[in-house]
Amino acid sequence: MSENTIKNPENLVYEKTSVMTDRVLHYCPGCGHGTAHRMLAEVIDELGIQGDTIGVAPVGCSVLAYYYFDVDMQEAAHGRAPAVATGIKRVLPEKYVFTYQGDGDLAAIGTAETIHACNRGENILVVFINNGIYGMTGGQMAPTTLEGMKSSTSPRGRDVKTMGNPLKITELLAQLPGTYFVTRQSVHTPANVRKTKKALKKALEYQKLDKGTCFVEVVANCPSGWKMTPVQSNKWMEENMFPYYPLGDIKVPEK
Amino acid sequence: MKGNEALAEAAIRAGADAYFGYPITPQSEVIEYLMRENPVDRTGMQVLQAESEIAAINMVYGAAGCGKRVMTSSSSPGVSLKMEGISYIAGAELPCVLVNVVRAGPGLGTIQPSQSDYFQAVKGGGHGDYKMIVLAPATVQESVDYVKLGFELAFKYRNPVMILSDGIIGQMMEKVELFEQQPRSKEEPEWATVGKKEGRDSVIVTSLQLQSEEQEKVNLRLQSKYREVEKNEVMYETYNCEDAEYLFAAFGSCARITRKAMEMARKKGIKVGLIRPQTLYPFPVDAISELSERMKGILTVEMNAGQMVEDVRLAVNGKTPVEHFGRFGGVIPSPEEILEALEQKIIGG
Ligand SMILES: Cc1ncc(C[n+]2csc(CCOP(=O)(O)OP(=O)(O)O)c2C)c(N)n1
Ligand code: SF4
Ligand SMILES: [Mg+2]
Repeated sequence: MSENTIKNPENLVYEKTSVMTDRVLHYCPGCGHGTAHRMLAEVIDELGIQGDTIGVAPVGCSVLAYYYFDVDMQEAAHGRAPAVATGIKRVLPEKYVFTYQGDGDLAAIGTAETIHACNRGENILVVFINNGIYGMTGGQMAPTTLEGMKSSTSPRGRDVKTMGNPLKITELLAQLPGTYFVTRQSVHTPANVRKTKKALKKALEYQKLDKGTCFVEVVANCPSGWKMTPVQSNKWMEENMFPYYPLGDIKVPEK
Repeated sequence: MKGNEALAEAAIRAGADAYFGYPITPQSEVIEYLMRENPVDRTGMQVLQAESEIAAINMVYGAAGCGKRVMTSSSSPGVSLKMEGISYIAGAELPCVLVNVVRAGPGLGTIQPSQSDYFQAVKGGGHGDYKMIVLAPATVQESVDYVKLGFELAFKYRNPVMILSDGIIGQMMEKVELFEQQPRSKEEPEWATVGKKEGRDSVIVTSLQLQSEEQEKVNLRLQSKYREVEKNEVMYETYNCEDAEYLFAAFGSCARITRKAMEMARKKGIKVGLIRPQTLYPFPVDAISELSERMKGILTVEMNAGQMVEDVRLAVNGKTPVEHFGRFGGVIPSPEEILEALEQKIIGG
C-alpha cells in the first residue's frame, strides 16, 4: 500500500481535534499534561462548544495551555484560577468555563480560591493535574508529594513531621455541598485515558445543569521532576501514587 | 449621602457589570449598600462577596478580561493584598475601577483616615513597571463623578484606574447630585474572552512573555500609553494663585482643610494659594513647575509622613524651597497648625 492510499479519507481512523492548535507541545516526553490537554480538547470538540468555552490557565508547566487549546483563554496568577473563573462565569453565565491547574497551584498557593469556588458551587469545571511535584520550577516538594518521596526541597524524602502530610484535597472538596461531581482519574494507559475523557465529558455536560462545581483530578507522572524514564514513572505512579490517591469517582450526582 | 454609599450607587449608575469585594473598615458600606440595593434587579449588575481581597481582585481580572465594567473597593491592608492582581491587570492591559478608602498604617494600623498609600497607588505598589491612573476626590460629589470618569479612562486606555479616597470622604455625609443611570454596555471588545468566534483567532488574556525582547516590547508599549495619559488626562484645581507668593499643595480631604488654612492666612495678609491635584497619576508636573517660578516657597500638606512632596520637589526641580507638613496615624491636621507650619517652615524658614 502506498503512502497516498493510506492517506485516503476513507482510511482515516483517528484525527487531531481542531480544538487543539498545531503548536508543538513544550511538555517533556511522556508527561501526562499533553494527554490530558488532548482529552479535554476532544471533549470540547465533540460537544460542539468551542465557541462557547473560556479556559483559565494556571502558573505551572501548563502555563502556556492557551497556546494549545484553540478557545478563548485567560492566564491567571499562581493559584488564582478559580477566582478568575468565578469572575468570568459570573458575567458570562451561558459560557462553559474551565480551569486547568497543577497541584502546587491548586492545593498550595491557591487552596483558599479552590475551596471557596467549590464551596460556592461555582458552575465551572476544574481540571486538576496531580503529579505530586512542582514540575515547572524544577521538582520541588508539592502539597501532594508522598511521604518519603524525594524532591529538590525534600532531598532526604518528605518528613511528614516537619513538612506536613500529602494533601488529599480532592476528598476534602468532595465534602463540600457546592461540588456536584468529583472524580480521580489517570491518563497512563489507553483504558484510563478513555475513562478520563468520559469524566471530562460528563463534567462539561453537567455545567449545563447549573448544579455546582465539577472537579476532575488526573493523577499524572512527571518524569523530569521524578527523575525517571516515562515507563519507570508510570510504574512508580501505579505502585506509589494510586494506593494513596485511589482512582475512581468520589462524588457522583444522585440519580 | 454617605461617601461610601455614594460610590456604590455611582457604580450601579455607571453601568457596571460586576462588583467583587471583601469587607474592611472604613469602606464596608460599599458592599453592604450593593447587597441591600441588589442591583441585579435594577441593571443586571452582579455583586459577590469574595473570600479575600486576593480572590476579589482576581475575579475582577476574570470579568474585566471578558470586556465587562468591573469595580472593587477596599482599604489599605486589603489593597496591599490586591497588589499582585493589580500588577497582572496592568500587565494584561485590562480596564477596571479600584477604590482605596485609605486608613493609617503600616500593618493593621488604625481605621482612622490617612493618605499614607500615596506611594503605593502612584508609584506602582505591585511588581513590575506599571502605572495606575489615580484619581483623588476631595468631596463625596467627586467620588461619585470619578466612578463614571474612572470607567471611561479605564476603557480608553485599557488600564486600571484607582480612586484614592480616605476614611474622611468615605464616612462623610454630603449632598450629591447623582448622574443618570447609564446603560450597561453590550459591546464585545476584540481583546475580550467572550468565546471564540468563527473566523477569528482565539483571544488570550495574559501578562506572560517568554522572550525578554518580547517583554521589552510590552514594556515600551505600556510606557508610550502612560506618556499619552500624562499628556491628556492631568486634572487639578488652583485657588488664589494669581497674586500668591506662597503655595500650598494638597490633595483629597486634606486639601479641604488646607483651603481653610489658606483663607485664614489671607485674612492675616499672607498671600498664599493652593494647588489641588485631582489626578495623582498623571501628576500636574507642568502646572506646579510654572507656579513654582513665582513662589517664594511651597508647603505640601498631607496626612502622611511626606509622600506627594517628592513629586512636588521633582516638578519644582530646585526653583523654590519645598517643605512638607503632615499629621499621620489617623490624626487629621487642623487649619491652625497648617498655617503655623507655613509660617515656620516656609515664610520664616
Ligand atoms: C506568586 C508566585 N509564587 C511562585 C511562583 C513560582 N512557581 C511557578 S510554577 C510553581 C509550581 C507549579 O507546580 P504545579 O502547580 O504542581 O504545576 P506543575 O508544573 O507540576 O504542572 C511555582 C512555585 C510563581 N510563579 N508565582
Ligand atoms: S517538568 Fe514534569 S510536569 Fe512539567 S512538562 Fe516536564 S514532565 Fe511534565
Ligand atoms: Mg505539579
